[in-house]
Formats: sequence, structure tokens, C-alpha cells
Amino acid sequence: MSEHSQDNAGSDKNLATDEARILAASVVTERVEVQGHILDSLLLPKILDLITSNGGRFVITEMSVGQAATDASYALLDLATDSVEQMEAVLAAIEVHGAAPIETVDARLEAVDIEGALPEGFYSTTNHRSEIRIDGDWVPVQDQEMDCGIVVDPVLNTARCKPMCDAELGERFVVGHLGVRIFAESTSESGQGFEFMNSAVSSEKPKQVAVRRVAEQLFQARQEGKKTLIVGGPAIIHTGSGEHLETLIRDGYVDLLFAGNALATHDIEHAMFGTSLGVRLACGEIVEAGHEHHLRAINRIRRAGGIRPAVENGILSSGVMYQCVKNDVDYLLAGSIRDDGPLPDVETDAIEAQRQMREKIRDLSFCLMIATTLHSIAVGNLLPASVGVVCVDINPSTVIKLSDRGSSQTVGVVTDVEPFMRALVAELQRMSAPAGSTGV
Amino acid sequence: MNAEILMCPPDYFGIEYEINPWMNRDKPADHAKATEQWNALHSILSDLGAEIQLLRPVKGLPDSVFTANAGLVFGDRVVLSRFRHPQRQGEEDVDEDWFTRHRFTVEKLPADRFFEGAGDALFCGDELFAGYRMRSDVRGHQLLGEMLGCRVLPVELVDDYYYHLDTCFCPLAPGVAIYFPGAFDEYGRKALQEHVDELIEVGEAEARSFACNAVVVGESVVTNIGCPRLQSVLKANGFTPIATPLSEFVKAGGSAKCLTLRLDGEEAAGWKAMAGREKAN
Repeated sequence: MSEHSQDNAGSDKNLATDEARILAASVVTERVEVQGHILDSLLLPKILDLITSNGGRFVITEMSVGQAATDASYALLDLATDSVEQMEAVLAAIEVHGAAPIETVDARLEAVDIEGALPEGFYSTTNHRSEIRIDGDWVPVQDQEMDCGIVVDPVLNTARCKPMCDAELGERFVVGHLGVRIFAESTSESGQGFEFMNSAVSSEKPKQVAVRRVAEQLFQARQEGKKTLIVGGPAIIHTGSGEHLETLIRDGYVDLLFAGNALATHDIEHAMFGTSLGVRLACGEIVEAGHEHHLRAINRIRRAGGIRPAVENGILSSGVMYQCVKNDVDYLLAGSIRDDGPLPDVETDAIEAQRQMREKIRDLSFCLMIATTLHSIAVGNLLPASVGVVCVDINPSTVIKLSDRGSSQTVGVVTDVEPFMRALVAELQRMSAPAGSTGV
Repeated sequence: MNAEILMCPPDYFGIEYEINPWMNRDKPADHAKATEQWNALHSILSDLGAEIQLLRPVKGLPDSVFTANAGLVFGDRVVLSRFRHPQRQGEEDVDEDWFTRHRFTVEKLPADRFFEGAGDALFCGDELFAGYRMRSDVRGHQLLGEMLGCRVLPVELVDDYYYHLDTCFCPLAPGVAIYFPGAFDEYGRKALQEHVDELIEVGEAEARSFACNAVVVGESVVTNIGCPRLQSVLKANGFTPIATPLSEFVKAGGSAKCLTLRLDGEEAAGWKAMAGREKAN
């Protein structure tokens, strides 16, 4: 018989499906294997059909087909469902047909033999909540972050993600996929309330609804004392949105700001000279010798020894960075190779900046990324999938890039920054206005 | 060489428990009638030239009369059954004892696999068709393929009344078999149709009379009575059907095939034809 007859059409279709997308859009994943004469007996097509008819999805991760008549075939399947109950139903349905979960062994560990490098075949993490099996118990992986290794503390039997550059001699990392299970978050279940625009990044979605949802996230986080992060690009200042960000900081909606040298520099330039990149923000005119303003601003801060001393000495008396200092909002400025100056506060060691970011985002619940591509991707790489992310950019490709790099929980809002932030501030003020007040 | 068949006299046969939908303790088997029916089957098979070996009946093991479930014979090897129901697990030691005292090397599946011998595993040509879900489990079948080095095609049994493969499928010769389609799902039916050249359908009424539970000796096919349609189809296909009443055993969910275990390999088994050829050479 043809082993790829009609019955296998379903599996062929699924083989071609984007593996990452299937698993990333799901809450629960499991790995099962099935072997024997599973093609001739139609057991494999039956199992695959049972998976889908029970609401599951699958990816055939490995498949070997017996050559001789007596050779058995083998298939390794990654299963995904939207809930634990659904996964149990799928597993129950396929188990009697010989498909059994294979994660019944402990994770394999190997010691680091070269500092700053992981053992060959290391398990590469996702940003989804994960567990590994140690001595028969499933242990949660802490500091979940994509593209890292999982290091195991041999004394405490705890596990956490660790980037390869920080691997120390003798530390034991997980090798291979066995004994690792991931619980992928579904954006529709993370309660972000952006279901209406989960499907795609589009400039054709209602902005007002998106603004309201972001406002609700920030408002709720402030109510519940949860930590929020804003990752911002200099366009916030160029477009005159700095004042809106200042309001957010003053009103307690921001706990942490990640930016580069540029946002801080142009914010300070604006505070000192009223311009951003030499353009007077109040009227849009190009000021003579205005292109020097930002250098002069940087120089003044360097002379003062940093942003905080400049605020304390009265040299800097307004703007986003001023509000951060005044309101005790923690910030991290990470440098890039094209920076002017830079400001003394800028961390120019990229690896060190990453480390500091990791420390600061530990207990984050919500992240708003505004008008910055590289910083958004950098932060997106560090965030576990459980942190809600909204990315606002005039350029759809920023959001697409973020999703493509695995930050699947990102909701994209394609819009001009200034009207978005203006509307956001207005929405938040409306929400915090006392009941009965009509507001404006 | 004559056919060699293992049977167990029905001295202690009876409906003592209910482990399939046929069994009902309120409808006991008539012991005298059962003995008479068993003796008649024994005579028919002897008359066909089969050498009958007898397994010693044991009190408290009423189903040991169904020797088809003792194990799966493959040459001089036998894979011993691991019964799903505790009521039948006591048969395993008795069967093992018999096999080891005769010429067989006994092999066993791991303790966590259920497998009910020739009741659920039937060679048809080179393929071993294996029923699963009701009694045997599919992972046991997969292991069986590895142990015997043969192609095992598991087919799911979906109707409780056909809880063993030998109640709904019977290979008559390499590439020829009878089956009741309603006992299988779509996948199972397709797998059978794909791998058995000549597959003869049995209707529901005759399947209920255990038409598929047939003993094949040469071209003779022995079944329970009540299968006239199958008998004429068999005749048309060059077989000699023989019917003998087995109503008392049907009450326990078994019939002709269940009462026998072919010790020299079924007529339809590909390995048997091969062994025969090698011997002739």
C-alpha cells in the first residue's frame, strides 16, 4: 500500500506547519512516542486524527520508517493543547493505541568544561514557563528566559535559566530534551484583553480600544502594586510625547524605564534648550546651531557627573529623566556603538547591561515598548512569556520582528506615538477620576 | 506431519464470573451438554488427522478450556499470555508448566503488558495481526514484533462482543481470511483489507454465532452451527466447512477456535510454510 495515502494527508499538512507557532500558541505541551508497524496498521494516522479530534495539535518531531518488512517505524510527536484538561483527554485517547509520553526520565545533566560556554547539546530554553525532572520530581525553572541553558543547583535541586556567557566551570546544565517540559502561555489566556487583535499586527485595528486596554493594564498594575516597565526610543522626545511619559511617571504608572543614550540625551536637550535634535518642539522650527544642542546637553551632564547629580544641582530641572530621579523610578540606559557622549549613566558594556536588565525585570508584570526596535527586541529576549507586552510603533515590522524572535505574547499597536500617548494619558486620567466626575 | 492441537477437557468449565458480555452467571452452561459438545469437536479434529494434546484441567480455572489463550506459538517458541483479568491469571502457571514440559521455549512479555495469546494474535502469511484494547494492549504487540522479528499489525477491537481478535477474524490460508467488519473501526478494516489479499466478510448474525471462531485443519474449517452463509462461501472457495454445536461454550464467549491451540502453527502462518519448505529441502 502507499503509506502516504489519503489517511496521511492530515499529517503531511501538519508536518508543514510552523512548529514554533503551533507550540507557542498553546498552554500545555507534551512529547509522546509511538513505534511498531504504525504506518501499515494505520495506527499513526489514527493517533494523529485522535489528537486533532480531541482538540490537540501536533508536530512530528522525528520519524523513521522501517525499511524491511519486519522493521518497525518510529514517530516522536510534540503535542500541544490549550488546557491541561485537554492534554489529559488527548493523552488518554492516544495512550491505548500505543502513544506514550516519554518524559518519564530525569533531565540529563552535564558539567561545564569551558568557562563561558555550555556543554555540547545543551537544552536551549524558550521564554515559556518550564519544568525539569530531577530525581523523579518536576522542578520549576526559575528566571525563565529564551535562548539560555538551564543550570541545576546540585544541593538545593533547583533550576534556573542562565545565559551561556555566564556559565561557570563545573556548573551542571541540562543536555538534550528529555526530562524537560514547557507550559506555553496562550495570549488569549494571559488575560491581556487584546484578543481582538491577537491574530496579526495591523494598522487597521481600532486604536481607541487598544489604548483603553493598555490603560487598563497600567491602571490595574498600579492598583495591585505590580511592576511595569517602559522601553522607549528617542522618537518619544522627537514627537513631543515626552510630557505624556512624564505624566505617566509622575502619576506612578512606571516603575522602570529602559532606554538608550538617545532618549535621555534628547530629553535633557529639550529640558535645557527646548529642542530635540535641534528642532524646537514647541513650534517645529529648526534652530540655528541646534544640532550642537544635544552635545552641549551631554557635556553638561558629564560635567555634573551624571543625571542624578545634575538634578540635585539644579542643572536639570524638567523632562523624563528629571521625573525619573524625582519620583524614584529606576532606569537603565544601555549604550550602542553610534552613541554621542555618551551620558555618564549609560552602560556601554552590552553584556553587563543585559545582566542588569535581567536583575531588574525579575518581578515584572507588564511591559510597554514605545518606538524602539532594537531595545524592544533586546528586552523581549529577556522577558518570560508570562509578562504581558504591548509594542507601540509606527512601523509594523518592529512588532513583527519581536514576534518572530519568540516573544509571541507581544501585542502590536501600529500607530503614531504622540496621539497614542496623549490618548493613553487621557484614558488613565479618566479612569482615576473620582466616580461621578464627568472629566474631560 | 499431522496437525497438532492442544485442548483442555471441560471438567471444570462453567460460568463462574462475568468478564465479557456473553457471560451471565444466571445462564449457566449445561455441563453434560458442554462435555458432549467438546467431545464431538475433539472427534471431528481427530478424524481430520489432528493429533490432540491434552492440558490437565484445574478446578477454579473454568476458562482454561479455551486453550487458544494459553500463548502464541512461533516454531518451538511460545510467548506466554499475560491475562488482563485476575480470574484467568491463574492459568498462566498451568500453561507455562505444560509448554516447558513439552518441546517449547517459553518467553514472556514484561509484567505490565497484557497479551492473550492466539486469541489476539493471528498470523496470516508473514503478518501477525493483533487485536488490542479489550484484552491485549497495543504496546505488548509492539514488543511481540521485536521478540519474534515479524511484522505486527495491531487492529483495534471496538465491539465488546468481539473482545478477542479470534472472535471476528480468522486466517484460513496465507493471504486468505474471514472477518466481521463491524468488530473493527475504519482504520482496522482498511489495514486488514490492505494486507489480506482475499478477505471474506461474515454477516452480523453469523458473526454472533461465532462464525469467525473457526478451527482450520488443512482445507477443513470447523465452526459452531448457525453459519450457513459462510459455509456456502467457504465451499465456493475450495474449503470444506464442518459445523458442530458449541452453544454451551458460546455462553462463555468462546467457540471452536477458542477451544484449541494449534501447536505446530496455523495453516495460514507464513513461517510454518517456510519451515515446511526448509524441512523438505
